[in-house]
Amino acid sequence: MVLVVGGLIVWSLADLAVPAARSLGFFRFLVGREWDPIAERFGALPFIYGTVVTSVLASVLAMPVGVALALFVSDMIPARFRSWISFPIETLASIPSVVFGLWGLFVLVPVLRGHVQPFLAKTLGFLPLFQGPPIGLGLMAGGVILAIMILPTIASVTLEVLKTVPLTLREGALALGATRWEVIRMVVLPYSRAGILGAGLLGLGRALGETMAVTMLIGNSPEIRASLFAPGYSLPAVIANEFAEATGAIHMGALAGLGLVLFGTTLLLNSLARLLMSAVGGAGRVAV
Amino acid sequence: MRSVRARKLINALVTLACGSCLLAALVPLLSTLWLVVSHGVAGLSFDFFTHLPAPVGEAGGGVGNSILGTILIVGIACAIGLPFGIGAGVFLAERGDGRFGRVVRFTAEVLAGVPSIVVGIVAYDLVVRPMGHFSALAGGVALALLMVPTLARGTEELVRLVPNTLREAALALGVPAWRTSLSVVLRTALGGILTAIILAVGRAAGETAPLLFTALNNAYWNVRPDQPTGTLTVQMFNYAISPYEDWHQKAWSTALVLLLLIGGLNLLARFLTRKSYKAG
Repeated sequence: MVLVVGGLIVWSLADLAVPAARSLGFFRFLVGREWDPIAERFGALPFIYGTVVTSVLASVLAMPVGVALALFVSDMIPARFRSWISFPIETLASIPSVVFGLWGLFVLVPVLRGHVQPFLAKTLGFLPLFQGPPIGLGLMAGGVILAIMILPTIASVTLEVLKTVPLTLREGALALGATRWEVIRMVVLPYSRAGILGAGLLGLGRALGETMAVTMLIGNSPEIRASLFAPGYSLPAVIANEFAEATGAIHMGALAGLGLVLFGTTLLLNSLARLLMSAVGGAGRVAV
Repeated sequence: MRSVRARKLINALVTLACGSCLLAALVPLLSTLWLVVSHGVAGLSFDFFTHLPAPVGEAGGGVGNSILGTILIVGIACAIGLPFGIGAGVFLAERGDGRFGRVVRFTAEVLAGVPSIVVGIVAYDLVVRPMGHFSALAGGVALALLMVPTLARGTEELVRLVPNTLREAALALGVPAWRTSLSVVLRTALGGILTAIILAVGRAAGETAPLLFTALNNAYWNVRPDQPTGTLTVQMFNYAISPYEDWHQKAWSTALVLLLLIGGLNLLARFLTRKSYKAG
């Protein structure tokens, strides 16, 4: 049955996307920079760009925090406090995406617009990344909200990976006189490197497909701009906004084509992550 | 080698840094919960749970139809998704050690990471297109497709926990293998599976993206599965992106209702888990 589900996904995406692929040309579709449903010109590049920028930003922000958090819980505090900490992490993971979007609209965006973006423009404004008017809504807001949303994934998967590091290795290092940090740096991290990378990829995969919060915060404008302050658009966001009102078979096919791109990318990332995780052994069995 | 003092200092600094990461992670969580509660409470009343949404500018109104719609769609999703999810899970645990089992398991794991919006497109193609219009059924199918892989993996873990001696005892009594799986193994694991189901339901209730173009939305009461249906999440999305101040207020209140629902389900799951651990 699970296999059937997998087959169904591929089949129906292709089913919808084929007419568009015929009339647009697959390659032109992928690298086209223009998205104009009225003139029936469809290019996927602005959406791919927006998705990649926000997801990479999210991973860059969430990876260090998530791994540090997992290390703190697994190696720095007494075992009996662990369950206290897993509860807030689980809660964070169970909050629906739309609620984060709401929070982002009314809390995160004003903070970015009023404080963070002017500060970045002043101190790092010579970089093209931090130029332009601080609007708040845009690639940066999308990236930050994604970082918050993938943090629980990264932290909890990393925690599972860290649990697979044999206790005897830790004890051995401690007995040689290493401090806790030295144990982490010289024993725990090298041992679990592949697994932590897998956790990061899982987080990245989740960030790529995350829809609602990003739709509400990214600014929804199909342009390619270097600045993180500028509004952008992501693959899931454009599907969410336009699919129900698609103006014809080609428009709908183009959107399904975007879905296919998204599906392929996440499939690849997830398979890679799972392979990495199973390379570290038991940790591959985490259900996230 | 650095002096002992310097090493201890570095250790303390790193511990501090990691600890502050934990605090940093808590900030958005607490901020979100606090704002949803503090903003949301103001709009809550008995009417909010029982009435239809009011037009812009008009006082009162509620999300009664969306609550009903969420229950309807999640119910449809369970009716379709639970048998397949649990069935696949039992299969994986009992017979899944061969090559076929490994392929299914890997597929389930990878499918669990497929973006929900993509699943929405699939449900659109499978249900909305043949029917010619949006419907609660389509929304239910989308959520069911999302449930199956996670549920299958969860069930498998739980079924594997059932001691082998139980299986052997049943088989020794001459019970056929399929009956052993159903009435001995599944029954033993039932408490845990119930928890997994509740968690899956909670997750499904919070989904928005695949519903936007399957169940669409509906401003009126609806219990017919072949009609467009409103849900808490989609209603909240519409309130949140509207330009009206009083709709923003309603978005917070709807978020509160949603969080209460999901939080309640999660607490129930936690309670059940603890109880079954105690019993075992």
